[in-house]
Amino acid sequence: MDNSAKSFLRIDNIWKSYGDFLALKEISLDINESEFVCFLGPSGCGKTTLLRAIAGLDLQTRGTVHQAGRDISNLPPAERDFGIVFQSYALFPNLTVDRNIAFGLENAKMPKSAITQRVTELLELVGLPDQGRKYPAQLSGGQQQRIALARAIATSPGLLLLDEPLSALDAKVRVRLRHEVKELQRKLGVTTVMVTHDQEEALSMADRIVVMNHGVIEQVGTPLEIYREPATLFVADFIGETNQLEARVSNKTGAVQVGDQLLACCEHEHASDTKVVAAIRPEDIIPHTGDASKSSRKKDFAEPENTIDARIDEMEFLGSFWRIRLSNAAIGAQELVADFSINAVRRLSVVEGGTIRIEIPSQRLKIFPA
Amino acid sequence: MPAGVTVKAKLGRDDIMMRGFMVMIALYLIVTLALPLYAMLSKAFSTYHFDLTQYELQVSDEQGVFGSPPVSVQQLNAKTGAIPDEKLATSSDGRLGLTKLFPEFSFRSPVRYRIRGTSGDAVFLIGSERYVGTEWQETDSNTFRRVVVRPVKSRGLANFTTYFSTPSLFYSIRNSLMVSVISTIITVTLAFGFAYALSRSCMRYKGVFRLIAMAPILVPSLLPGIALVYLFGNQGMLKSMMMGESIYGPYGIVFGSVFFTFPHALMIITTALAISDARLYEAAASLRASPWKVFWTVTIPGARYGLISAAFVVFNLVITDFGLPKVIGGQYNVLAVDIYKQVIGQQNFEMGAVVSVVLLIPAIVAFAIDRQVQKKQVALLSARSVVFQPKPNRRFDWISFAYCTLIAAFIIIILGVCQFAALIKFWPYDLSFSLRNYNFDVMDGGGWDAYRNSIQLGLLTAFFGTAIVFVGAYMVEKTQGFRTGRSLFQLLAMLPMAIPGMVLGLAYIFFFNNPDNPLNPIYGTMAILVICSITHFYTVSHLTAVTALKQMDTEFESVSASLKTPFYKLFARVTVPVCLPSILDISIYLFVNAMTTVSAVVFLYSSQTTLASVAVLNMDDAGDVAPAAAMGMMIFYTNAFARIVHLLASKAVLKRTQEWRVR
Repeated sequence: MDNSAKSFLRIDNIWKSYGDFLALKEISLDINESEFVCFLGPSGCGKTTLLRAIAGLDLQTRGTVHQAGRDISNLPPAERDFGIVFQSYALFPNLTVDRNIAFGLENAKMPKSAITQRVTELLELVGLPDQGRKYPAQLSGGQQQRIALARAIATSPGLLLLDEPLSALDAKVRVRLRHEVKELQRKLGVTTVMVTHDQEEALSMADRIVVMNHGVIEQVGTPLEIYREPATLFVADFIGETNQLEARVSNKTGAVQVGDQLLACCEHEHASDTKVVAAIRPEDIIPHTGDASKSSRKKDFAEPENTIDARIDEMEFLGSFWRIRLSNAAIGAQELVADFSINAVRRLSVVEGGTIRIEIPSQRLKIFPA
Repeated sequence: MPAGVTVKAKLGRDDIMMRGFMVMIALYLIVTLALPLYAMLSKAFSTYHFDLTQYELQVSDEQGVFGSPPVSVQQLNAKTGAIPDEKLATSSDGRLGLTKLFPEFSFRSPVRYRIRGTSGDAVFLIGSERYVGTEWQETDSNTFRRVVVRPVKSRGLANFTTYFSTPSLFYSIRNSLMVSVISTIITVTLAFGFAYALSRSCMRYKGVFRLIAMAPILVPSLLPGIALVYLFGNQGMLKSMMMGESIYGPYGIVFGSVFFTFPHALMIITTALAISDARLYEAAASLRASPWKVFWTVTIPGARYGLISAAFVVFNLVITDFGLPKVIGGQYNVLAVDIYKQVIGQQNFEMGAVVSVVLLIPAIVAFAIDRQVQKKQVALLSARSVVFQPKPNRRFDWISFAYCTLIAAFIIIILGVCQFAALIKFWPYDLSFSLRNYNFDVMDGGGWDAYRNSIQLGLLTAFFGTAIVFVGAYMVEKTQGFRTGRSLFQLLAMLPMAIPGMVLGLAYIFFFNNPDNPLNPIYGTMAILVICSITHFYTVSHLTAVTALKQMDTEFESVSASLKTPFYKLFARVTVPVCLPSILDISIYLFVNAMTTVSAVVFLYSSQTTLASVAVLNMDDAGDVAPAAAMGMMIFYTNAFARIVHLLASKAVLKRTQEWRVR
């Protein structure tokens, strides 16, 4: 088949049950060679279960897995071709860093000098050239993580599996390692699957993201696709922030009724008068003028669509921007959250308790089933 | 989920090997535990009696002509009444001669006899020749003396009926329960006080107290009995303190039981007290609760699982103990000694089995309750928070110190008396020092060979036992899938703890002494003693190993598999080195117990494999009480030495591994 030619890892209709509980439902996925794919979802969504099925550590109940054209569906881990890094790192505490990295090489009957050379090479690759003689407990968390990575890629596996590899690290180190791991993966060109519950991690590292929830795949796409064009309300809500407004599809084409307000929205396939959820991201709301009541409105000004006046209930300073909670009698008791740049707030002299004219761009107003 | 075939794992080489190892060790436990117990149970429910309807006789006249018709032995007996009904009940070895059926029988008479079975499975012997079936066998009257019939086996509760209609036997149940309950109450109370002083006071010399309190674990349970004989026996140093009561009997058993169960109770209660949460005490203090109220509302509830667990462990130890009541019990019969008396004294194996079954019941109940309680204790432990730090309190610290000194003195006196008795010539007539009590070779019991055998047994048990237990625990913890097999294995591993040593030993006789058993050749060798000791002490060792293995990262095996390294390399290079401290703990536990145990091995030793602990028993039995004390103290010193070696080895291991343990 044309597709399987470039598909390196093919997961076909996988189900996993624990008694009555279905942990994975109908999972099908193709991962390309050298691709970095993240499984993203809240805890309990099945992402780790799927990773362990790919590794053969916990076999799926139904379905097949092919790697590089080979059916590995029921093979034990030792007969598959992957390296793995766990959240706990699972470094052998009684072996030095050198011996940890060499663990898989020693079994491969490699000559001693070649092993030493490879270990040195790997230590340099992960940026810890002179830590080889130390024991894992003598290293920091970030260093241990890199050693675990070096050990996983030592035998040059075709597939690298990362199970929440950065979760146990503190925030700063995590951000730095994100970059390093991604860089390393690009350099080696190894097909990589990473499980994470951290959306920032997924957005910044992955070539493609697989968003999972309750054992099903909600959406597969590039980080930009996932963020800009969420396929489901869950994705919209789980990744980034989203305002969710109760709405009803209007008779007028391309519009929804939110409270008393008619809002133009992007295309959708819902029938008239059905209940829906209208979603817009806080940063997509555009501030127009400052205090609307003071400014005399020019009648001839071509007003953009979906422009409403809102009261500023609360302002929260978040460093690089302001998060602003807005309300409007027309849209009912529903709160609207908007992110405005510091510049905009200063320019438009936005103040708590005041009012502001905002625009909700219709292309960014997504409609999901209620 | 769509219909279809569930994906079935292809077993890798590792899976197959791990399951293989697990099955092997499970088989070991089945052969050395389950099958012997089954043999014993079936023995308890087997009764044997002679079925006279199975045989026919024909008697000739003086000329040797068989004129008269054949007659059933049953009818013959009914006519003569030669063999009363109660004589027809017998044991598996029973043989019944037939001459008494003929009042005028003479072995010189020319009369000839014919015998045959009336059914195909009737068995009789002529001399040592065995005959089965309905064919006539003819003998002269001289040979007819050597004709015996064999009993038939039937299943039923007859043995139990006999047991419960023999007052001297079933009184033992009451006696056993009574001494066990009283000893339990005293031991747990004393041990709680000791543990409380250790964990809640700021007294000095806590380490010394802890060390002394643990000493009784290093001696056979019958040693305190010997000391009590010297202290309160008929010629005892402090006999007047007994105020006319005899130490031989319940007093002695309870006194000695408290001594040898004390460290067991102390360990459990100390752990229970150590996990209590300091924040509860702070909260109580901020509420201005009185110390008395704090004790009853915080301390006791916090330690309750430990107290219950300790009580059942002590109860189990006392009710299953054999050595101590044997030495000091006098005429006061208890269950464990009854088994010994039935088997060794009267050769009544069926009745021994019946008493074993009776003894199994309280032992299993106590074990089951203890397991339930232990589980809850573990749950408390994992939710632990702030560790309690005692603050100095002059008065309380002094009371604690005095109390612990008293208990420690009691322990030291018991051991000291034994050592003193061993070193003097002839109590109470010749008090000069001499080493002649150490001249074991001239006494009953096996001499110095017994001591050497015991050390050999200890070392072999420690070596093979640790290997089997640790490998078994590893397989059951780390094998993937195979759930039924694993839970079955866990059950088998827990079982030995519930089986009293006497019961295990007797079960081994039934199983291994059976000539049809292919394992029969190991009967009477060192091998069966080692196997018996490993199985007897399997559970605690297994739990120690499992605890250590549970602390290892569960993903080591996954990582190793992903690196295509077989599990045994990981096992050798990572698992064993990391678990070394626990492995050493298991070996010292097995060594010390193999050195001190009497109960199981007392049925299994042969003249080639006498043991020091059994020698103590036998020398005491033969009246050589001072040499028995001397041998008992040899066991103590050997165990103390082993413990020191273990301590040094553990320190060395820890030092070597310190660099990877601490940052």
